[in-house]
Amino acid sequence: MSQTSGPHLRVMRSQLGLVRGLGASKSGTEHWWMERLTSVALVPLTLWFVYATLHLSRLPRAAVAHWAGNPINAALLVALVLVTFRHLLLGLQVVIEDYVHVERTRTISLVVLRGVVGLVTLIGVLAALKLAFSA
Amino acid sequence: MAEFTLPANSKIKPGTTHKAPAGAKRVRAFSIYRWNPDDGQNPHMDTYEIDLDACGPMVLDALIKIKNEVDSTLTFRRSCREGICGSCAMNIDGTNTLACLKPIDDVKGAVRINPLPHMPVVKDLVPDLTQAYAQLRSIEPWLQADTPAPPDAERRQSKEERAKLDGMWECILCFCCTTSCPSYWWNGDRYLGPAVLLAAYRWIADSRDEQTGARLDALQDPFKLYRCHTIMNCTQTCPKGLNPAEAIGKIKTLLVERAG
Repeated sequence: MSQTSGPHLRVMRSQLGLVRGLGASKSGTEHWWMERLTSVALVPLTLWFVYATLHLSRLPRAAVAHWAGNPINAALLVALVLVTFRHLLLGLQVVIEDYVHVERTRTISLVVLRGVVGLVTLIGVLAALKLAFSA
Repeated sequence: MAEFTLPANSKIKPGTTHKAPAGAKRVRAFSIYRWNPDDGQNPHMDTYEIDLDACGPMVLDALIKIKNEVDSTLTFRRSCREGICGSCAMNIDGTNTLACLKPIDDVKGAVRINPLPHMPVVKDLVPDLTQAYAQLRSIEPWLQADTPAPPDAERRQSKEERAKLDGMWECILCFCCTTSCPSYWWNGDRYLGPAVLLAAYRWIADSRDEQTGARLDALQDPFKLYRCHTIMNCTQTCPKGLNPAEAIGKIKTLLVERAG
């Protein structure tokens, strides 16, 4: 076949084929709903934490440990860490999906994000528990 | 990554100025985006000075006057000139709207006119909307029902059922909303955009349609639907005063309801 002149077309698939793409993944609802639930939960949790920190900031470490040893305070502390980082993970995942368009970079970024946030969550939970059990 | 600057051959240069005729009293400048695919030049902003005393009240009137009397090479789409065909959608004074519904007096100073943002430009103010039309086609915007219509009669709706379609059937598919959405700018190849999602919800909300579940299935996707981050540009810009953001919110609510 002879070479035709004119610009080279890299994509000749129909617009409808491109737009349908790989179809709907039947997911995303859980992600969206958890984003809402965690943000609502964070309002009282954060207010409680700020209020508690203001009171605790002037106390010695032993008193803080005693406060954290209370099962209710310990549970709320762990809940705060879990909900905060779950919310952070969901939000940053959206940022990466929005702005990172190269498939490879996107996948790597999302895996690294999950790893880092997972690790930081564990550190937060362990720190809260350590404080709670040190009373 | 998302592109935050234009490529070198798309950078907009200053263009020529067409002066108003001598003796004109109410002169208004129109700064209009020009790009010709055939001359190999960068896009540029040409300025046309128009005597408002010799021009109709809407921006479209000025565009037609320019094309008729000043520069016949100016290219734009228009048809009905009364806000029902959606052809003359463009970015005027920084906001997507219909040129035929936008009074010139609403704009302070020079009237800046650009094509709808972030779409390929065919020429001047004419954007390539093929992708958006294909996206509309992909949500199958027509009635789908297995129950046959009653013989020799229409499918009936109660007044309440019909009322659910208000605020959606009025959409004229000008794509002002879709092209105003940053999420669509960054991910328009996968995100369906507000106009198409409004059209999708119009059929989800239609009491005569029997494919509601399949329609929701087709939208349940992190990109097709959930790229909407309620930025609300769509609702802000809609020249018909519709609320695509609300329709998208209702789709999301239905999906949560369905999941239980």
